Amino acid sequence: MSQTFIEILRRALDEELERDPAVHLLGEDVAVGGAFGVTTGLAGKYGAQRVRNTPISEAAITGLAAGAALCGLRPVLEIMFIDFATLAMDCLVNQCAKYRYMSGGQLAVPMVIRTQAGAAGGAAAQHSQSLEAWFVHVPGLVVVAPASPAEAYGLLKSAIRLGDPVLFIEHKRLYTQREDLSAPTELPRIGNARLARAGTDVTLIAWSAMVHSALEAAGELKNAHGISVEVIDLRTLVPLDMATIATSVTKTHRVVIAHEAVRNGGVGAEVAARIGTELFDELDAPVVRVGCPFSPIPFAPELEKALLPGAADIVQAVRNLSA
Amino acid sequence: MYRALWRIRSFETQVQRLAAGGEVPGFPHLSIGQEAVAVGVCEHLTRKDVLFTSHRGHGHTLAKGSDMRAVFAEIIGRDSGLCRGRGGSMHLVDVANGMLGATGVVGGNLPLAAGAAWAAQVASASTGDSTISVVFFGDGATGAGVLHETLNLAALWKLPLLFVCENNGYAEFTSREEHSNVRQASAFATPYGIPAITVDGNDLLTVHTAAGNAIAQVRGGSGPYFLECMTHRMAGHFVGDAQHYRSKEQRDALKEKCPIERLQRHLIAHGLAESELEAIAEEARQEVLQAAAHARADPRPDPATVMDFVYSAACLAGEPEALS
Repeated sequence: MSQTFIEILRRALDEELERDPAVHLLGEDVAVGGAFGVTTGLAGKYGAQRVRNTPISEAAITGLAAGAALCGLRPVLEIMFIDFATLAMDCLVNQCAKYRYMSGGQLAVPMVIRTQAGAAGGAAAQHSQSLEAWFVHVPGLVVVAPASPAEAYGLLKSAIRLGDPVLFIEHKRLYTQREDLSAPTELPRIGNARLARAGTDVTLIAWSAMVHSALEAAGELKNAHGISVEVIDLRTLVPLDMATIATSVTKTHRVVIAHEAVRNGGVGAEVAARIGTELFDELDAPVVRVGCPFSPIPFAPELEKALLPGAADIVQAVRNLSA
Repeated sequence: MYRALWRIRSFETQVQRLAAGGEVPGFPHLSIGQEAVAVGVCEHLTRKDVLFTSHRGHGHTLAKGSDMRAVFAEIIGRDSGLCRGRGGSMHLVDVANGMLGATGVVGGNLPLAAGAAWAAQVASASTGDSTISVVFFGDGATGAGVLHETLNLAALWKLPLLFVCENNGYAEFTSREEHSNVRQASAFATPYGIPAITVDGNDLLTVHTAAGNAIAQVRGGSGPYFLECMTHRMAGHFVGDAQHYRSKEQRDALKEKCPIERLQRHLIAHGLAESELEAIAEEARQEVLQAAAHARADPRPDPATVMDFVYSAACLAGEPEALS
């Protein structure tokens, strides 16, 4: 039976709440399902103490979750839009990320910050950003960005069981995607990338919703241009799975990295730099990035469409590289 | 408690001395003059009660019962320090003793303390435990929005949380008059329905009594409490602060208000011999000198371990987990 991304997130949360009494959900509106309905019904099942509504106080509720995590709870905090994580930056960057280190390993902050990102449907400049690079820059944080419902299921459960603070980024365009998840077998390891499509000519690295644009581009490149593209879904941006990247690059010798975030200072720059340094001898061409131009996300649908990178941009980038 | 005051005073004085000699990395912030707040509050706490403090937290950590040598070792960056030399003066943590953290970001500790109080509240539902959470912060933190967010949450969720505001009249180098129209920090608790009191924080017995009442209420399950202690920072904001923002006369006047001298006068008036008190002070000084000497002789952290404690072992090397 297929389920949507949202339903599968709910299922993962439900199972984790059932499995471990230390797991608590909190965030704005979560007791009534949250802004996107991910937590619908869970407060009824587990009580308002374990699925708790909070005021619109991102700084305090993130700190609250972190403080509870220091004391043995496993909080899963929902920050409605990643754009609002700006209000919780002290806690995320100065407290959560550093507690294990600053305390010399005495304490840890095992919590998940579920948040929703990306552009779709005219959400405009303050509800559409892809800000993963900010968090990738902070030692101590784990950053996960699933590309499909089934991936989200396993990664969310693994994230909840991990002993570190995890920023779990859900792309709003994926929420209505459906997938059949009748028999999941094992949970993915946080820090392992996934081979989304095998190929031989070019390595295409993506994460989150951009994996779908990458797969679409790979299909077109094969059918229309005879180029065999290998697509890697990073799944977790920290830790970064360089081993999987290296295996692929050693085979293809060409790399395109595609992400929805602006190119400038994006995660693609970091991945490209590491490939350039660690795999220089394997490269037949410079590593190419596809990403948003350096602009806020616009409101009008025509403008939004004009700005966002997609399959066509990836096809062009790969063709340029293969020419 | 007289001894506890002297332990902190001597400790801070020794940190100041070593810092002047270049032995203390970073910016130690001393609590000289504010010792009565730390002692008066922490006397009521058990080891299980949790404590969060600010960047000026040496005194609170000692008053909560942490090992003096390990605190000193941390402040001078030794491997034997509470945090293996990773935290330093502004990031002391001693989990075994319920000291869950100091913070270098003004106000950053407030929601963490609320979270710890929430965890205690959750635990008490099954264990019946009445563990509480206490957070120390300065009047400078009243300018931070997160204080107001945390007050609202703590009141709303009836968290077992004691807010202790040490109002020393200065937010770093800026006087209270220059940074807020609200003179008493405790006024901020009122709109949220949090009981609050402002007391003379340089009078140990007053602080002790007020903290006892406050903690009994919080422990009893009535929700948070806001205790404001009016006090004076006799030293600068940090070691090395030339204090151009206040005159020598102003600084000299503070000596009159010294919490140790006030308690001393009180005790002598109640029949204790001066020599007896001096012996207690001397004992505390000797304890500090010994702790400092031991800490200074302790080994420094091994540079090869610099990447330890960034992530959990599972995160770095974990295997896929079977579905339960």
